[in-house]
Amino acid sequence: MEDNNNKDNKSPTRRDFIKLMSMGTLAGLSLGSTSCSQMDMEEFLQKRFVEMSAEEKKRVIQRLEEKYLKKYGKQFHISTQAAEPGVLWGYGLDIARCIGCRRCVYGCVAENNPSRVSPQLHWIRVLRLKKGSLINLENSEHYYNPETVPEPGFQYLPVQCQHCDNPPCVRVCPVKATWKEPDGLVVVDYNWCIGCRYCIAACPYKGRVFNWAEPKIPTAELNTEVHYLGNRPRMKNCVDKCTFCIQRVRQGRYPACVEACPTGTRKFGNLLDPNSEIRYLIENKRVFRLKEDLNTEPKFYYFFSA
Amino acid sequence: MIFRHYTASAYEWARPMKKILLFSAAIMIGIAFSASAMQQQHNEFPATSPPFSPGIFPCNACHEGLPVNAKRRELKDEHTSIKLRHAEQDRWCLDCHSATNRDKLKLADGESIDFTESYRLCGQCHGNIYRDWKAGIHGKRVGYFKGGKRTYFLCVSCHNPHDPKFKPIKPLPPPIRPELNNGR
Amino acid sequence: MEAWRFFKRTVHMVFFGTKGYYLWCAFLLTIIGVAIAFYMKQLEGGLIVTNMRDQVSWGLYIGNFTYLVGVAAAAVLLVIPAYIYHFNPIKEIVVLGELLAASAIIMALMFVIADLGRPDRFWHVIPFIGILSFPDSLLAWDVVVLNGYLILNTIVPIYILVKTYFGKEPNKKFVIPLVLLSIPWAVGIHTVTAFLYNGLGARPFWNASILAPRFLASAFCSGPAMAIIIFQVLRKTAGMKIKNEALFKVAELIAYAMFINLFLLGAEIFKEYYSATIHLAPMEYLYQGLHGHDSLVPWIWSALIMNVTAFVIFLIPRTRKNLITLNIASVFLIVGVWIEKGLGLIVPGFIPDTLGEIYEYLPNITEIAVSLGIWAFGLLIFTLFMRIAIPIQRGDFIHSKYNHVVVEPQYDKIKP
Repeated sequence: MEDNNNKDNKSPTRRDFIKLMSMGTLAGLSLGSTSCSQMDMEEFLQKRFVEMSAEEKKRVIQRLEEKYLKKYGKQFHISTQAAEPGVLWGYGLDIARCIGCRRCVYGCVAENNPSRVSPQLHWIRVLRLKKGSLINLENSEHYYNPETVPEPGFQYLPVQCQHCDNPPCVRVCPVKATWKEPDGLVVVDYNWCIGCRYCIAACPYKGRVFNWAEPKIPTAELNTEVHYLGNRPRMKNCVDKCTFCIQRVRQGRYPACVEACPTGTRKFGNLLDPNSEIRYLIENKRVFRLKEDLNTEPKFYYFFSA
Repeated sequence: MIFRHYTASAYEWARPMKKILLFSAAIMIGIAFSASAMQQQHNEFPATSPPFSPGIFPCNACHEGLPVNAKRRELKDEHTSIKLRHAEQDRWCLDCHSATNRDKLKLADGESIDFTESYRLCGQCHGNIYRDWKAGIHGKRVGYFKGGKRTYFLCVSCHNPHDPKFKPIKPLPPPIRPELNNGR
Repeated sequence: MEAWRFFKRTVHMVFFGTKGYYLWCAFLLTIIGVAIAFYMKQLEGGLIVTNMRDQVSWGLYIGNFTYLVGVAAAAVLLVIPAYIYHFNPIKEIVVLGELLAASAIIMALMFVIADLGRPDRFWHVIPFIGILSFPDSLLAWDVVVLNGYLILNTIVPIYILVKTYFGKEPNKKFVIPLVLLSIPWAVGIHTVTAFLYNGLGARPFWNASILAPRFLASAFCSGPAMAIIIFQVLRKTAGMKIKNEALFKVAELIAYAMFINLFLLGAEIFKEYYSATIHLAPMEYLYQGLHGHDSLVPWIWSALIMNVTAFVIFLIPRTRKNLITLNIASVFLIVGVWIEKGLGLIVPGFIPDTLGEIYEYLPNITEIAVSLGIWAFGLLIFTLFMRIAIPIQRGDFIHSKYNHVVVEPQYDKIKP
């Protein structure tokens, strides 16, 4: 115990050390908090969309619209329209009619505010396959660029998120940032995604893309009618994907790709409505789905009308 | 043509008048029903208007006074820009266009129809496609697919009736190859 | 007061040492500094500064993560002989083996964070505070088991060291159950990591039942090989008492593990090449090249040659018991298994991608720099652990009440 008294005079004691450390920590923390604004703090602490109360959702939408106004100089209208009961969205694609013109790709781009360059994100990918083989996608060409399409001897297969009923991407997400809505749409909460890209590894259809950098969208081409879970402008390092134009279909409009197609290749409707177009074609045409052996139950029906 | 159901209005001050009017109204309703039955309820296709070239319609502006030459031939004086490539071995102009009234088209049973209903004419030969089009799975639709705000496109909106085969078009650019972005 | 003395002495041991020690730390710190600069660039610009793209969305970071989870799991191989076969020469290195496992797990977790697009949203993964999708997502399982393993592998060594510091014998009733728990847990962490890849039907290269056994077999080669090298270094620089017999026993066990690894590899190659379905494509890309793309071919063949050579060296007692060939083989194993399990597992899983496209991925300078930085950080952490643990184990760094003549840790050569 004599040690104690001797040491006190000569060298700093434990008490002094602890005092110094705690003051330093407090100073550091307070400095950190002043640099963050109130909005950033709220965004950081934001809950997952599904867990939010109606009040919280309203506040989040307000904050986001403010943020987009500041960032892009445009007034966005962010909808949080929920799914209607008795609806299960399905998509039909007529391989006999697709000519590989890619107007669906760019129609989607115009509607859904993806990054245009570095990275260029296309939710739809059109594959060119030689006639005679449709299933071995290893023989596909993604970057065909002839003078005119369709090219003789080839057929075209557009692929996008299939909105599976048994989605592997939803199962593997560690934070449940992606889930299946009641009307069958597989959506992403862009503010909850941590960017681990496990879902991209899990998707058998390359339905998901990653915002490898801050999205670059020309301000003039921004679409301001957006849905929180759909085409609102995203941020860097989060995942996004086709949402069957959730902002359109929940209001009863066709998705942008359906309207963009010049040959009427694309069909859309409610699988639970026996009078819908999609039900008619499933019943009357020969439909198949991609990679059905993986049991993902996609809702994207390919068929041949001729 | 869209038939409207005529309703009888009651003229209180003329009973005999009322009887006559009711009777004629009943006849007209009867005609309306039978006519719409013949037309198979096609009036529920809210279709776009026919894509006429500017100034070409109404055709009777020129054809009203012209004599009718029903001989199958290649046209030399007018309409020379129309090259028929649509069953041209078996058909020519007056098989579809009504010879007596150029503002109408002609069905196989002789019925005259307006250009706004041209799908009935196409559907005579292209029955499978017609059936799919009516169900909404052939060709293009835009707008709202719920609640009747859907807009159909006429056959001729996409297919030139004289040369219907689609020409190849220039594709939009392919996606940027990922290698080009490396290390950016 | 004793805690303050302990703190002062550890600070002294960490910041003062021989010239070799300073050089080593300076070397590691430089690499770490460069890595931090590159990582800031990655945080600023987004993951586009790496070579990963939608087609190959996992790369060097996840490859390193997989490898390091294996190294961490392999600490168990050192524990089993000590406690199950009562092979006493190994007992001394158990604590240090577990600290090696802890450093490896810390590195693995850092690689995951480096790969994460939004590390600022990391709190989303914490159960009850965020949302952890347990038990559906294998990544959620990984979060739980890896952190649990880290806690286990820090509690046990710290407990043993603290007890040794106080001159007391560690309570076997506390230590042995935890150590016995860490054996299946180690198998668990690597199985869960294997299942991460295994469970994806979209990637046929990984969707093979053989993946989890191969992971364990290759982990039990690379981890102990690393331990063999590290313990020889510690023997030279820190005077740690390790008998050669211990090293040779570990090498023998590695030989068995490598046999299983090579056998399983053979089984995979037969299945893919004989039935030759379209699922052969990733393996063909790896070993031969596919449609003219062959950047991984020289890598995997070097790895195969290194692994087979090391296996033969470890199998033959004469070469196993010769320290020079032993060390060469250990280095071969460390590098060979890294290639096979890091780049050679992750990248071919994405080539060709799900729509048949081939995007050749090789890491770029940012990824290499950040990876080297994390490795350097792990080695630094391990060095600091050793700086403190070895003197305690040797009995030189002990509670002041045991009036030992020697208070300064000895760093001269000490014969084993």
